[in-house]
Amino acid sequence: MATGIKDKVAIIGMGCSKFGERWDVGPSELLAEAFEEALLDAGIERKQIEAAWYGSCSDPISVGNSAIPASMALRLDGIPVSHMENMCATGSEVLRAAAYAVASGAVDFALAIGAEKLKDTGYGGLPFVYKGTFNDLWLPLGSTPAGFAQLAAGYRAKHGTSKEDLKRAMAHVSWKSHQNGLLSPKAHLRKAVSMEQILDAPMIADPLGLYDCCGVSDGAAAAIVTTPEIARALGRKDMVTIKSIQLAIGSGVESGTSQWDGSYVRTTRAAAQRAYAEAGIQDPRAELSLMEVHDCFSITELSTMEDLFVSPDGRAVHDILDGFFDRDGGLPCQVDGGLKCFGHPIAASGLRMAYEVYNQLQGRAGERQLGDPSIGLTHNLGGVPYLGIAAISILGLHTGK
Amino acid sequence: MATFQAFGITGFGGYIPRLRMQRAAIAAAHQWMAPGLRAQAKGRRAFCSWDEDSITLAVEAARDALANRPRDGITSLTLASTTLPFADLQNAGIVAGALGLSPTLRTLDVGHSQRAATSALIATLQQGGSPALLIASDRPRGKPASVQEIAFGAGAAAFTLGSDAVLATLLAASSRTAPFVDHFRAEGARYDYWWEERWVRDEGYMKLVVEALKSTLQKAGVAPNEVDHFILPAPFKGVATAVARKLGIATEAQADSLEADCGYSGAAHGLLMLARVLERATPNQTLVLVGFGQGVDVLVLRTTEALATFSPRRGVSGALADGQDHDAYLRLASYENAIELEWGMRAEKSIKTALTEQYRSSGQLASFVAGRCRCCNTIQFPQLPYCVNPACNAPRENFDAYPLFDEPAEVLTHTGDWLSYHPAPPLYVGFVQFEQGARLLMEMVDVGAAGLDVGTPLRMVLRIKDVDKARGYPRYFWKATPLQA
Repeated sequence: MATGIKDKVAIIGMGCSKFGERWDVGPSELLAEAFEEALLDAGIERKQIEAAWYGSCSDPISVGNSAIPASMALRLDGIPVSHMENMCATGSEVLRAAAYAVASGAVDFALAIGAEKLKDTGYGGLPFVYKGTFNDLWLPLGSTPAGFAQLAAGYRAKHGTSKEDLKRAMAHVSWKSHQNGLLSPKAHLRKAVSMEQILDAPMIADPLGLYDCCGVSDGAAAAIVTTPEIARALGRKDMVTIKSIQLAIGSGVESGTSQWDGSYVRTTRAAAQRAYAEAGIQDPRAELSLMEVHDCFSITELSTMEDLFVSPDGRAVHDILDGFFDRDGGLPCQVDGGLKCFGHPIAASGLRMAYEVYNQLQGRAGERQLGDPSIGLTHNLGGVPYLGIAAISILGLHTGK
Repeated sequence: MATFQAFGITGFGGYIPRLRMQRAAIAAAHQWMAPGLRAQAKGRRAFCSWDEDSITLAVEAARDALANRPRDGITSLTLASTTLPFADLQNAGIVAGALGLSPTLRTLDVGHSQRAATSALIATLQQGGSPALLIASDRPRGKPASVQEIAFGAGAAAFTLGSDAVLATLLAASSRTAPFVDHFRAEGARYDYWWEERWVRDEGYMKLVVEALKSTLQKAGVAPNEVDHFILPAPFKGVATAVARKLGIATEAQADSLEADCGYSGAAHGLLMLARVLERATPNQTLVLVGFGQGVDVLVLRTTEALATFSPRRGVSGALADGQDHDAYLRLASYENAIELEWGMRAEKSIKTALTEQYRSSGQLASFVAGRCRCCNTIQFPQLPYCVNPACNAPRENFDAYPLFDEPAEVLTHTGDWLSYHPAPPLYVGFVQFEQGARLLMEMVDVGAAGLDVGTPLRMVLRIKDVDKARGYPRYFWKATPLQA
């Protein structure tokens, strides 16, 4: 019987580049920026890394395909380096791969790194996506906001929420994250935005206005993992260990059968159940100290509160408007500003979320530091609500021997 | 008299694009340089949405004529048009695929003249034999600020021809050819070049047409005042009235020119008017249909008792009534590719079609065929190697074909996407829930003022999915449209 990876892997080093419109650097420099910080934090040498997983989603505007260009950028000579792509959940995927390598006993030190250079397209928003020769023949070419905007229609139909109430709760999600982003030196958008500005913004995909959408940025983030034993031998205090990493991928049930009502993200629910089981969490609303979720759009964060079983179904609107997820609320969410303020360099985001939880747990979050966090969750969602890749990581302070 | 005629028209239907541009808006846009257009600024003209063309119009007209009647017996399909999207790739074949007709069908494109459809109708009726489908479909283009732009429309009509339950038979037909170049459009040219209207009327309609009519009516043994319905399509006003008056055909016999809400739909217009007339005609009436274009076709038809037993799905009248009012002239100009707007870099995406894949998957894509799993009854699109139902997952060998194009459906989720490149922003997209359980993400088109809501009833229409501008290749797929818009 599998026992999972709880407390079998420690994170000993993390790095995160400055996110934003990084006209000054290319993807190789972004990788190096995150990598150097992680190495310094871990206190190990480059040549001690025995395996690496590199994530990027849009090869044509990154360093190129395969793991070779990343290996060249970081000079990871002669070790296994793998290229990973799983849409917006790629950052969590590379962390999972590195963690599994350590948990299996295959290596002592593994690197997970993800970068995306979105601002080399010449336009705002995400780069072109191709769906394959067959799907391109029939699947509509909607944008990502159009995929998520449909959650709002499904949610309203299910819960009888008025358009105005839902829009106001969505606006509070963005307002709160912009407030938090002010305290994040590495965030892209560091500017308070009023509720009126959010509600009156131009429409992107009905009902999502401009401020209901996260930013588009360049960035990179990295993690170095090892065993708790080695971490202790290296003298780590306030050691952060991985309690669980779980993924769930859609197989077409939502998009091809009547078994889904359009009001929630089924993959997030499946991943959350398994993540809580692996981590031994019974009551996430009470037990979690903080969450960094995939707020690509305000409606996503709203639905995620229910999909993570933190808010009961139909109650996220009220929890949000009550300030439960504000930084001074019952369960702070997006204390660093989230995707909303960091933007979403696709393959970096999952690791960027882990970076915030990791720093908060160790009391190193500066102005943003929360009281006394002991366990945090990251939720990283790829694809669209009906054909998604949900990745959930739970990180906590090591309480074991 | 007509009872021994075994072969004739057995069904009819038509389609006119929902989009209707106010002619006053067209005239107003050109007021600065062509103030004379104001004289024609009455009513509305039909125009194709960016994703409609002579193929998609043809499919809709045929579906109107066929409704739920069996299609297996149809042995040939002829498509008449002067605006087919492909010069060398059989357009009728694409229509046949969308209609799910038998692969042993004989298909044929005809064109190159405003008489294409009437000549094809004469040929098919005179040839007789096994059941045939004839579709006329056209979307003639007028150059901005031309009289054609304001007078032209778009539409399609479809007729089934055969020996069972014949609705109208051919009493007589004749054709003649004449080197009369009233207009022409060279290969590759976008617009027609027209000679003076007065000459076309006096020398063309008032002489060539009148002479052809006289002799054909004589051949049919029908006196002009016995004509119950007179169908003479013309791109300008007053021609049919003048011809009828000269011959002694009753004024009330003149068929509606569809000018008020459609406009002249090129080579399809005569058959579109005929389909409309047949909706109102009664048994044992005499119909005259004229085609004019470098010569003349005349058909004299007689309706039968069976006419009372047939009705198209909604008919040309239904299509006429189902219009969406537009007054932004630049929308028409852009859909007709008369102007090039700045669509941004998102429009640069490569839309190359893998023709190998298109052929492999034509069984499910062309006529929108879902699979119905025999193990769990789940109806699913697309058909992948295993059943989508997580409680089943049976291999696709267990699927039966289940076409979705006529299945009742409604909106499950929806949004209007202003970010994606789309020639008619916003791109309406959402999940379509079919009554029988199938579901898929679809583009939603012709969304009118009423908009979309969860539960809005939808029907399926074949449209251009994407246009590969670099290679000049449109690809087609089914989209959903509100039943009422």
